[in-house]
Amino acid sequence: MAWLGSSLGRRLLLTLPVAAAAAGGAAFLALLERMKHGTYDPHAVPSPLIGKPVPNFTLPAQPPATAGISSADLVAAKRWVLVNFFASWCVPCQIEHPVLTELAAAGLPIWGIAYKDTVDAAKRFLTERGNPYTRLARDETGRVGIDFGVYGVPETFLIDPHGIIRWRWAGALSDDVVRDQLFPLLRGGSGA
Amino acid sequence: MRRKRIPTVRAQPIGALCLLAVLLAAAPFHAARAVSNPAEMLPDRAQELRAEAIGQELRCLVCQNESIEESDADLARDLRAEIRKRVAAGESDKEVIAWMVARYGDFVRLKPPFRMATLFLWFSPAVALAVGGIVVWFGLRRRPAPPQPLSAAEEARLKRLLREGLGNPRS
Repeated sequence: MAWLGSSLGRRLLLTLPVAAAAAGGAAFLALLERMKHGTYDPHAVPSPLIGKPVPNFTLPAQPPATAGISSADLVAAKRWVLVNFFASWCVPCQIEHPVLTELAAAGLPIWGIAYKDTVDAAKRFLTERGNPYTRLARDETGRVGIDFGVYGVPETFLIDPHGIIRWRWAGALSDDVVRDQLFPLLRGGSGA
Repeated sequence: MRRKRIPTVRAQPIGALCLLAVLLAAAPFHAARAVSNPAEMLPDRAQELRAEAIGQELRCLVCQNESIEESDADLARDLRAEIRKRVAAGESDKEVIAWMVARYGDFVRLKPPFRMATLFLWFSPAVALAVGGIVVWFGLRRRPAPPQPLSAAEEARLKRLLREGLGNPRS
Protein backbone atom coordinates (compact mmCIF):
# COMPACT_ATOMS: atom_id res chain seq x y z
CA MET A 1 0.00 0.00 0.00
CA ALA A 2 2.96 2.26 -0.65
CA TRP A 3 1.02 4.13 -3.32
CA LEU A 4 -1.24 5.46 -0.60
CA GLY A 5 1.66 7.46 0.76
CA SER A 6 2.39 9.28 -2.53
CA SER A 7 0.58 12.55 -3.10
CA LEU A 8 -0.97 11.26 -6.35
CA GLY A 9 -2.29 8.21 -4.50
CA ARG A 10 -3.74 10.41 -1.81
CA ARG A 11 -5.43 12.61 -4.38
CA LEU A 12 -6.92 9.54 -6.09
CA LEU A 13 -8.14 8.29 -2.73
CA LEU A 14 -9.86 11.61 -2.09
CA THR A 15 -11.81 11.37 -5.37
CA LEU A 16 -13.12 7.95 -4.38
CA PRO A 17 -16.06 9.16 -2.24
CA VAL A 18 -17.03 11.65 -4.94
CA ALA A 19 -16.87 8.95 -7.59
CA ALA A 20 -18.92 6.60 -5.40
CA ALA A 21 -21.54 9.29 -4.80
CA ALA A 22 -21.67 10.07 -8.53
CA ALA A 23 -22.10 6.39 -9.42
CA GLY A 24 -24.86 6.04 -6.82
CA GLY A 25 -26.61 9.12 -8.16
CA ALA A 26 -26.43 7.85 -11.74
CA ALA A 27 -27.81 4.46 -10.71
CA PHE A 28 -30.65 6.12 -8.81
CA LEU A 29 -31.49 8.31 -11.81
CA ALA A 30 -31.59 5.22 -14.05
CA LEU A 31 -33.92 3.56 -11.53
CA LEU A 32 -36.27 6.57 -11.56
CA GLU A 33 -36.26 6.55 -15.38
CA ARG A 34 -37.20 2.87 -15.44
CA MET A 35 -39.95 3.47 -12.87
CA LYS A 36 -41.30 6.28 -15.04
CA HIS A 37 -41.48 3.99 -18.07
CA GLY A 38 -42.99 1.15 -16.09
CA THR A 39 -40.10 -1.25 -16.72
CA TYR A 40 -39.29 -1.32 -13.02
CA ASP A 41 -41.77 -1.57 -10.18
CA PRO A 42 -40.23 -1.51 -6.70
CA HIS A 43 -43.37 -3.11 -5.28
CA ALA A 44 -43.45 -5.95 -7.80
CA VAL A 45 -43.38 -9.44 -6.35
CA PRO A 46 -41.60 -11.83 -8.72
CA SER A 47 -43.60 -15.02 -9.09
CA PRO A 48 -41.85 -18.28 -8.15
CA LEU A 49 -44.39 -20.10 -10.34
CA ILE A 50 -42.83 -19.10 -13.66
CA GLY A 51 -41.70 -22.28 -15.43
CA LYS A 52 -43.85 -24.44 -13.16
CA PRO A 53 -47.06 -26.32 -14.04
CA VAL A 54 -50.33 -24.61 -13.14
CA PRO A 55 -51.40 -25.43 -9.58
CA ASN A 56 -54.13 -28.04 -9.17
CA PHE A 57 -57.56 -26.53 -8.92
CA THR A 58 -61.20 -26.95 -9.85
CA LEU A 59 -63.50 -23.95 -9.84
CA PRO A 60 -67.25 -23.64 -10.47
CA ALA A 61 -68.64 -21.74 -13.44
CA GLN A 62 -69.19 -18.01 -13.41
CA PRO A 63 -72.31 -17.10 -15.41
CA PRO A 64 -72.81 -16.51 -18.29
CA ALA A 65 -70.51 -19.53 -18.60
CA THR A 66 -72.05 -22.86 -17.69
CA ALA A 67 -68.90 -24.92 -17.14
CA GLY A 68 -66.19 -24.20 -14.61
CA ILE A 69 -62.40 -24.34 -15.07
CA SER A 70 -59.89 -26.84 -13.74
CA SER A 71 -56.13 -27.18 -14.06
CA ALA A 72 -56.77 -30.28 -16.19
CA ASP A 73 -58.73 -28.11 -18.65
CA LEU A 74 -55.72 -25.80 -19.00
CA VAL A 75 -53.40 -28.70 -19.78
CA ALA A 76 -55.95 -30.27 -22.12
CA ALA A 77 -56.34 -27.00 -24.05
CA LYS A 78 -52.89 -27.64 -25.60
CA ARG A 79 -52.50 -24.02 -26.61
CA TRP A 80 -51.46 -20.67 -25.17
CA VAL A 81 -54.09 -19.41 -22.77
CA LEU A 82 -54.23 -16.20 -20.78
CA VAL A 83 -55.69 -16.70 -17.30
CA ASN A 84 -57.01 -13.45 -15.88
CA PHE A 85 -58.06 -12.93 -12.26
CA PHE A 86 -60.53 -10.06 -12.13
CA ALA A 87 -63.32 -8.63 -10.00
CA SER A 88 -66.20 -6.27 -10.61
CA TRP A 89 -65.12 -4.24 -7.55
CA CYS A 90 -61.64 -3.65 -8.88
CA VAL A 91 -60.92 -0.37 -10.67
CA PRO A 92 -57.74 -1.44 -12.54
CA CYS A 93 -59.80 -4.35 -13.94
CA GLN A 94 -62.05 -1.84 -15.60
CA ILE A 95 -59.00 -0.03 -16.96
CA GLU A 96 -57.50 -3.18 -18.50
CA HIS A 97 -60.84 -4.41 -19.87
CA PRO A 98 -60.39 -2.80 -23.33
CA VAL A 99 -56.92 -4.40 -23.59
CA LEU A 100 -58.40 -7.81 -22.87
CA THR A 101 -61.13 -7.17 -25.42
CA GLU A 102 -58.50 -6.39 -28.05
CA LEU A 103 -56.50 -9.50 -27.21
CA ALA A 104 -59.63 -11.63 -27.43
CA ALA A 105 -60.43 -10.10 -30.81
CA ALA A 106 -56.88 -10.98 -31.93
CA GLY A 107 -57.70 -14.63 -31.21
CA LEU A 108 -55.94 -15.26 -27.90
CA PRO A 109 -58.12 -17.37 -25.60
CA ILE A 110 -58.60 -15.63 -22.25
CA TRP A 111 -59.99 -17.57 -19.31
CA GLY A 112 -61.42 -15.37 -16.61
CA ILE A 113 -61.55 -16.11 -12.91
CA ALA A 114 -63.82 -13.84 -10.87
CA TYR A 115 -61.84 -13.29 -7.67
CA LYS A 116 -63.69 -12.72 -4.39
CA ASP A 117 -66.73 -11.51 -6.24
CA THR A 118 -70.42 -12.33 -6.13
CA VAL A 119 -71.97 -14.21 -9.03
CA ASP A 120 -74.36 -11.37 -9.80
CA ALA A 121 -71.87 -8.52 -9.58
CA ALA A 122 -69.38 -10.30 -11.85
CA LYS A 123 -72.13 -11.14 -14.32
CA ARG A 124 -73.34 -7.55 -14.38
CA PHE A 125 -69.73 -6.36 -14.92
CA LEU A 126 -69.47 -8.57 -18.02
CA THR A 127 -72.90 -7.64 -19.35
CA GLU A 128 -72.17 -3.94 -19.05
CA ARG A 129 -68.64 -3.95 -20.45
CA GLY A 130 -68.62 -6.95 -22.72
CA ASN A 131 -67.21 -10.40 -22.15
CA PRO A 132 -63.69 -11.02 -23.51
CA TYR A 133 -63.43 -14.42 -21.83
CA THR A 134 -63.76 -17.75 -23.63
CA ARG A 135 -64.28 -19.52 -20.31
CA LEU A 136 -65.29 -18.23 -16.90
CA ALA A 137 -65.00 -19.54 -13.37
CA ARG A 138 -65.28 -18.00 -9.93
CA ASP A 139 -62.94 -18.13 -6.98
CA GLU A 140 -65.24 -16.82 -4.28
CA THR A 141 -62.91 -17.41 -1.32
CA GLY A 142 -59.70 -16.52 -3.14
CA ARG A 143 -58.18 -19.86 -2.14
CA VAL A 144 -57.16 -20.79 -5.70
CA GLY A 145 -55.79 -17.26 -6.02
CA ILE A 146 -53.41 -18.04 -3.13
CA ASP A 147 -52.17 -21.13 -5.00
CA PHE A 148 -51.43 -18.89 -7.98
CA GLY A 149 -49.66 -16.41 -5.71
CA VAL A 150 -52.27 -13.75 -6.46
CA TYR A 151 -52.03 -10.81 -4.10
CA GLY A 152 -54.41 -8.43 -5.79
CA VAL A 153 -56.56 -8.07 -8.87
CA PRO A 154 -56.12 -7.93 -11.75
CA GLU A 155 -53.43 -10.54 -12.20
CA THR A 156 -52.77 -12.30 -15.47
CA PHE A 157 -50.92 -15.54 -16.20
CA LEU A 158 -49.77 -16.87 -19.55
CA ILE A 159 -50.03 -20.65 -19.74
CA ASP A 160 -48.18 -22.49 -22.50
CA PRO A 161 -49.55 -25.48 -24.49
CA HIS A 162 -48.06 -27.87 -21.92
CA GLY A 163 -49.81 -26.22 -19.00
CA ILE A 164 -46.67 -24.44 -17.77
CA ILE A 165 -46.92 -20.89 -16.41
CA ARG A 166 -44.69 -18.74 -18.61
CA TRP A 167 -45.47 -15.22 -17.47
CA ARG A 168 -47.33 -13.30 -14.81
CA TRP A 169 -48.43 -9.69 -14.74
CA ALA A 170 -49.70 -8.15 -11.52
CA GLY A 171 -51.81 -5.06 -12.17
CA ALA A 172 -53.70 -3.76 -15.16
CA LEU A 173 -52.51 -4.90 -18.58
CA SER A 174 -51.65 -2.01 -20.87
CA ASP A 175 -50.89 -1.84 -24.59
CA ASP A 176 -47.21 -1.32 -23.67
CA VAL A 177 -47.07 -4.43 -21.51
CA VAL A 178 -48.82 -6.50 -24.18
CA ARG A 179 -46.47 -5.25 -26.91
CA ASP A 180 -43.22 -5.41 -24.92
CA GLN A 181 -43.74 -8.54 -22.85
CA LEU A 182 -46.69 -10.69 -23.88
CA PHE A 183 -46.32 -10.63 -27.68
CA PRO A 184 -42.60 -11.49 -27.71
CA LEU A 185 -43.37 -14.55 -25.56
CA LEU A 186 -46.21 -15.66 -27.83
CA ARG A 187 -44.12 -15.13 -30.96
CA GLY A 188 -41.10 -16.89 -29.49
CA GLY A 189 -43.13 -19.91 -28.49
CA SER A 190 -45.16 -20.59 -31.68
CA GLY A 191 -48.05 -18.87 -29.93
CA ALA A 192 -51.50 -17.83 -31.05
CA MET B 1 -68.32 28.78 38.14
CA ARG B 2 -65.41 27.35 40.01
CA ARG B 3 -62.63 25.98 37.88
CA LYS B 4 -61.55 22.53 38.73
CA ARG B 5 -57.90 22.10 39.46
CA ILE B 6 -56.42 19.91 36.82
CA PRO B 7 -53.77 17.65 38.29
CA THR B 8 -50.62 18.10 36.24
CA VAL B 9 -48.19 15.39 35.34
CA ARG B 10 -45.52 17.26 37.26
CA ALA B 11 -47.60 16.97 40.37
CA GLN B 12 -47.34 13.20 40.22
CA PRO B 13 -43.93 12.32 38.85
CA ILE B 14 -43.98 8.86 40.36
CA GLY B 15 -47.37 8.08 38.86
CA ALA B 16 -46.21 9.28 35.45
CA LEU B 17 -43.09 7.17 35.65
CA CYS B 18 -45.14 4.13 36.60
CA LEU B 19 -47.46 4.72 33.65
CA LEU B 20 -44.48 5.04 31.30
CA ALA B 21 -42.97 1.84 32.64
CA VAL B 22 -46.23 -0.03 32.16
CA LEU B 23 -46.63 1.29 28.59
CA LEU B 24 -43.06 0.40 27.67
CA ALA B 25 -43.42 -3.06 29.16
CA ALA B 26 -46.71 -3.59 27.35
CA ALA B 27 -45.46 -2.49 23.93
CA PRO B 28 -43.88 -5.80 22.85
CA PHE B 29 -46.93 -7.75 23.99
CA HIS B 30 -49.15 -5.44 22.04
CA ALA B 31 -47.10 -6.01 18.87
CA ALA B 32 -47.19 -9.75 19.39
CA ARG B 33 -50.94 -9.86 19.81
CA ALA B 34 -51.82 -8.46 16.42
CA VAL B 35 -54.65 -10.84 15.66
CA SER B 36 -57.49 -8.85 17.11
CA ASN B 37 -60.31 -11.21 16.34
CA PRO B 38 -60.41 -14.09 18.85
CA ALA B 39 -62.40 -16.12 16.33
CA GLU B 40 -59.27 -16.30 14.19
CA MET B 41 -57.20 -17.85 16.94
CA LEU B 42 -56.54 -21.53 17.40
CA PRO B 43 -58.03 -23.04 20.57
CA ASP B 44 -54.68 -24.64 21.40
CA ARG B 45 -52.55 -21.90 22.99
CA ALA B 46 -49.20 -23.43 21.98
CA GLN B 47 -50.32 -23.87 18.37
CA GLU B 48 -51.68 -20.31 18.28
CA LEU B 49 -48.34 -18.95 19.51
CA ARG B 50 -46.52 -20.96 16.86
CA ALA B 51 -48.85 -19.68 14.14
CA GLU B 52 -48.29 -16.11 15.36
CA ALA B 53 -44.52 -16.58 15.28
CA ILE B 54 -44.70 -17.93 11.72
CA GLY B 55 -47.01 -15.15 10.60
CA GLN B 56 -44.70 -12.50 11.98
CA GLU B 57 -41.92 -13.74 9.71
CA LEU B 58 -44.08 -13.46 6.61
CA ARG B 59 -44.68 -10.27 4.68
CA CYS B 60 -48.16 -9.08 3.84
CA LEU B 61 -48.10 -8.85 0.04
CA VAL B 62 -50.66 -6.06 0.00
CA CYS B 63 -49.04 -3.61 2.41
CA GLN B 64 -45.51 -5.01 2.03
CA ASN B 65 -44.03 -3.46 5.15
CA GLU B 66 -46.21 -5.29 7.62
CA SER B 67 -46.23 -8.93 8.53
CA ILE B 68 -49.40 -10.86 7.78
CA GLU B 69 -49.90 -11.12 11.53
CA GLU B 70 -50.08 -7.32 11.80
CA SER B 71 -51.96 -6.50 8.65
CA ASP B 72 -55.65 -5.74 8.29
CA ALA B 73 -55.62 -6.62 4.60
CA ASP B 74 -58.11 -9.18 3.37
CA LEU B 75 -55.41 -11.40 1.93
CA ALA B 76 -53.41 -11.28 5.17
CA ARG B 77 -56.48 -12.56 7.03
CA ASP B 78 -56.89 -15.39 4.53
CA LEU B 79 -53.22 -16.30 4.86
CA ARG B 80 -53.40 -16.18 8.68
CA ALA B 81 -56.30 -18.63 8.51
CA GLU B 82 -54.40 -20.86 6.09
CA ILE B 83 -51.32 -20.88 8.33
CA ARG B 84 -53.44 -21.83 11.33
CA LYS B 85 -55.06 -24.61 9.35
CA ARG B 86 -51.60 -25.97 8.50
CA VAL B 87 -50.26 -25.61 12.03
CA ALA B 88 -53.31 -27.40 13.41
CA ALA B 89 -52.77 -30.17 10.85
CA GLY B 90 -49.34 -30.73 12.37
CA GLU B 91 -47.06 -29.11 9.78
CA SER B 92 -43.70 -27.84 10.99
CA ASP B 93 -42.76 -24.15 10.88
CA LYS B 94 -40.44 -24.89 7.96
CA GLU B 95 -43.17 -26.64 5.99
CA VAL B 96 -45.62 -23.78 6.48
CA ILE B 97 -43.06 -21.18 5.39
CA ALA B 98 -42.05 -23.35 2.40
CA TRP B 99 -45.73 -23.50 1.43
CA MET B 100 -45.87 -19.68 1.40
CA VAL B 101 -42.55 -19.28 -0.43
CA ALA B 102 -43.69 -21.73 -3.15
CA ARG B 103 -46.55 -19.33 -3.93
CA TYR B 104 -45.17 -15.87 -3.27
CA GLY B 105 -41.40 -16.35 -3.49
CA ASP B 106 -38.61 -15.40 -1.11
CA PHE B 107 -40.09 -11.90 -1.00
CA VAL B 108 -42.69 -13.03 1.56
CA ARG B 109 -39.97 -13.78 4.06
CA LEU B 110 -39.29 -10.71 6.15
CA LYS B 111 -35.95 -12.30 7.02
CA PRO B 112 -34.44 -13.11 3.63
CA PRO B 113 -32.74 -16.50 3.21
CA PHE B 114 -28.98 -16.74 2.86
CA ARG B 115 -28.08 -17.40 -0.77
CA MET B 116 -26.10 -16.00 -3.71
CA ALA B 117 -28.60 -13.27 -4.57
CA THR B 118 -28.76 -12.08 -0.96
CA LEU B 119 -25.02 -12.22 -0.20
CA PHE B 120 -24.61 -8.48 -0.62
CA LEU B 121 -27.68 -7.84 1.52
CA TRP B 122 -26.24 -9.92 4.36
CA PHE B 123 -22.66 -8.75 4.10
CA SER B 124 -23.14 -5.06 3.27
CA PRO B 125 -23.05 -4.02 6.97
CA ALA B 126 -19.74 -5.89 7.43
CA VAL B 127 -18.38 -4.36 4.21
CA ALA B 128 -19.44 -0.88 5.33
CA LEU B 129 -17.80 -1.44 8.71
CA ALA B 130 -14.57 -2.66 7.07
CA VAL B 131 -14.43 0.32 4.69
CA GLY B 132 -15.08 2.69 7.58
CA GLY B 133 -12.38 0.95 9.62
CA ILE B 134 -9.83 1.31 6.81
CA VAL B 135 -10.65 5.00 6.41
CA VAL B 136 -10.31 5.63 10.15
CA TRP B 137 -7.08 3.62 10.33
CA PHE B 138 -5.39 5.54 7.54
CA GLY B 139 -6.78 8.80 8.91
CA LEU B 140 -5.23 8.14 12.32
CA ARG B 141 -1.92 6.99 10.83
CA ARG B 142 -1.55 10.12 8.78
CA ARG B 143 -1.97 12.41 11.80
CA PRO B 144 1.16 14.60 12.20
CA ALA B 145 3.64 13.62 14.93
CA PRO B 146 3.37 15.55 18.23
CA PRO B 147 5.64 18.65 18.29
CA GLN B 148 9.16 18.34 19.67
CA PRO B 149 9.72 19.74 23.17
CA LEU B 150 11.12 23.26 23.19
CA SER B 151 14.89 23.73 23.26
CA ALA B 152 16.52 25.74 26.06
CA ALA B 153 16.90 28.83 23.82
CA GLU B 154 13.24 28.66 22.74
CA GLU B 155 12.17 28.20 26.36
CA ALA B 156 14.10 31.36 27.33
CA ARG B 157 12.58 33.32 24.42
CA LEU B 158 9.06 32.19 25.38
CA LYS B 159 9.57 33.34 28.96
CA ARG B 160 10.86 36.69 27.75
CA LEU B 161 7.91 37.12 25.40
CA LEU B 162 5.44 36.27 28.13
CA ARG B 163 7.06 38.75 30.45
CA GLU B 164 7.38 41.61 27.95
CA GLY B 165 4.15 40.97 26.06
CA LEU B 166 3.75 40.94 22.29
CA GLY B 167 4.44 44.61 21.84
CA ASN B 168 7.11 44.07 19.21
CA PRO B 169 6.96 40.55 17.85
CA ARG B 170 9.88 41.18 15.46
CA SER B 171 12.43 42.02 18.14
